[in-house]
Amino acid sequence: MNPETVLVSRIQFALTIGYHILWPAYSIGVSGYIVLLNGLWLATGRAVYRDLLRFWIHLFALGFAMGVVTGVVISYEIGTNWGGYADKVSNVIGPFFTYEVMTAFFLEAGFIGIMLFGMDRVGKGLHFVACLFVALGALVSAFWILAANSWMQTPAGFTLAGGKFQIADWGNAIFNPSFPYRFAHMVTAAYIAGAFVVIGVTGFYLWRRRHREFARAGFSLAMWIALVLTPLQLYLGDLHGRNTLQYQPIKVAAMEGDWDTRRGQPLVIFAWPDQSAQKNLYELAIPNAGSLILTHSWNGLVKGLKAVPRDEQPPVPYVFYAFRVMVGIGALMVLIALAGLALRLFGRLYDTRWFAALCAFSSPLPFFAILAGWTVTEVGRQPYIVYGYLRTADAVSPVAPRAVETSLALFFIVYAVLLLAFFWYAAHIVFRGPTVHEPAERPHAVRPGKDAAPAGRAVLGSPGDMSPGAGG
Amino acid sequence: MASDLPFWFGIAMAFGVAMYVISDGFDLGVGILFLMAPADSDRDIMMNSIAPIWDGNETWLVFGGTVLIGAFPVAYATLLPAFYLPLILMLFGLIFRGVAFEFRFRAAGRGRRAWDWAFSGGSTLAAFTQGLALGAYIDGVAVENDVFVGSTWGFMTGFAGIVGLGLIAGYALLGATWLILKTAGSPQAFGRRAARPCLVLSLLFLLAISIWTPLDHSYVARRWFSAPNIYYLWIPPALTVLVAYGIWRALDRAREALPFLLSIAMFLLALLGLGISLWPYAVPYSVTLWQAASSPPTLIFLGYGTVIIVPIILAYLGYAHWVFRGKTAAGTGYGH
Repeated sequence: MNPETVLVSRIQFALTIGYHILWPAYSIGVSGYIVLLNGLWLATGRAVYRDLLRFWIHLFALGFAMGVVTGVVISYEIGTNWGGYADKVSNVIGPFFTYEVMTAFFLEAGFIGIMLFGMDRVGKGLHFVACLFVALGALVSAFWILAANSWMQTPAGFTLAGGKFQIADWGNAIFNPSFPYRFAHMVTAAYIAGAFVVIGVTGFYLWRRRHREFARAGFSLAMWIALVLTPLQLYLGDLHGRNTLQYQPIKVAAMEGDWDTRRGQPLVIFAWPDQSAQKNLYELAIPNAGSLILTHSWNGLVKGLKAVPRDEQPPVPYVFYAFRVMVGIGALMVLIALAGLALRLFGRLYDTRWFAALCAFSSPLPFFAILAGWTVTEVGRQPYIVYGYLRTADAVSPVAPRAVETSLALFFIVYAVLLLAFFWYAAHIVFRGPTVHEPAERPHAVRPGKDAAPAGRAVLGSPGDMSPGAGG
Repeated sequence: MASDLPFWFGIAMAFGVAMYVISDGFDLGVGILFLMAPADSDRDIMMNSIAPIWDGNETWLVFGGTVLIGAFPVAYATLLPAFYLPLILMLFGLIFRGVAFEFRFRAAGRGRRAWDWAFSGGSTLAAFTQGLALGAYIDGVAVENDVFVGSTWGFMTGFAGIVGLGLIAGYALLGATWLILKTAGSPQAFGRRAARPCLVLSLLFLLAISIWTPLDHSYVARRWFSAPNIYYLWIPPALTVLVAYGIWRALDRAREALPFLLSIAMFLLALLGLGISLWPYAVPYSVTLWQAASSPPTLIFLGYGTVIIVPIILAYLGYAHWVFRGKTAAGTGYGH
């Protein structure tokens, strides 16, 4: 295969899937929060939950659309750019993608319309069901896609025949060794992301002293979620790491910056991994702590990168640094959640302005952690696309490099424009604020298709809506 | 039994393509006609008439793609690289039109105008590039040892361009007749005005494609014009002419649902013609459905799910349509 096509295809896939994963994380997280709000509204009847629900459905819709359009790209790129991969693995994981569409995408697509526009057309209960199905669809989609990805990391339940993978056992292929850990870790990451999106927006309101009752209710709920999930995520991450140690020890060696196989492996805090010299420069390490963390034993045996030839090693610095970014952000989020608990216990959660300001800027954290985590696991799998069996270089489509370069440049431009547009319109929604006291709730008696709907309030989004506090 | 599975998945694939072409066809068609609508208020209603369902419509495209990878991996792994550029451009088109639903109603003034263009331009680009890919598909794709061996630029032919333009016209016909069905007043009148030119253009392109294809491909010519096939294969083209006449009459008589239903029938007949021409190839004229298919255990695993789940999907998609039944009024959907 043309090495240039391989390189450009890899960069394009990294860009498009890295960009894409932000939106499912957002969608899973925020839709989970919406289901919670909807449930609380039905259970308590408190208007603030309905206001929160309406507000977050608007913000959810923006991110959901981004997820849909960038996700369609992925489902086609697997063929346009990775035809060799599709040809060889489809007998095993091809159906995972089909099942993802049948059990998840249609569920989301079928009920998103009712979730966004059907609040007045169906009853409260059915609207709740629609929200639940959309949230469930997002979760089921994660199930299948993580099953496929985990199979590429820890392939199982197959045989090899004529250079192609053939299925031997569906249960083993789907529930392959790394799947439960990766699924738990990613789904938790997505719910944390949702919580921090809420913490960011409501923290901003608390900081700027706007929409305070609305902000308090939303903030409180999200801080509870963060308090439960961020420490849980550290624990799940540890489990996931130990599973990786068992099945992909070289990936863990790259994460840790361990070159030599030995007992009592030190824990490298910081270093510059020099792959050509096969050693760390400027290393700062704690003796034996590496073995302790990975094997839970002071003198546990930990494999080093040099256990395999150089062309079997992943690009170490990416994995090494991305891992530190992920863990560092994870720790920071735990601290924020704990600080929130402390302030809550002292009754100062809502009026400590420095904390609210800090929270207002915390929303990007989980997303950076997710990108870093995926960098660890995907770059750490190299040079394989199916770990131990199929090399990335043998998986690429026979496409002219010039064509892929062109599409990569276009993706870069288009995705940058989309991101700006998303932030612009999301900021618009946030600055406009929630509609807290609806002056005229639409009468429930409007029968779809029978009565003309009230024509007022036809268009949102005049520039005047940008003024602070409008509607509050 | 196992040897029949590729046949049944061929049917499933045809079903997915038909669902996609019809359902996303009308909402892409609304996009294609979007900028020609007389007023911004018409555009609001046009967009809201498809806002609750466009995502479900587009999901059939992903369904088609993933049935292909699950059931016919050789076709997936060779056709997608062969149509690299048209498919990537289609994705950009779908991206712009997809986000335009969300962004347009939040924008004002020039921003809104920009999203109008993104929506219409994206829809038109998606339709055209789908046609390019279809045209290149009919022209045949070179495959050796399950690998595409043709040129990345091979899709660029005059024939593919004609199919691309034809698909724009066809989708616009579906979009126009959808507006007649789902809207009232000004956007409906616009749909009525647009439907007839779209119908004429669709027929002209269909005629051109139907003449050009057998001239270029003796395989297709033999399929249609050799005995005994010709004794019954004259029926689909004859039906197409009848249906087109029916649309014309229905537009005359100001019928609301009939033009849309007959336009769907016209698309189904065109697809049937395509199937007759290319059967039994998954990749014309080199790989058959049987050669492209997954192994029997994979097809069986996929088959159970498809048979059980697809009817459920159809039921709740039908329910979603029912919730938003009737005419799309001003002040509903987005912007509300």
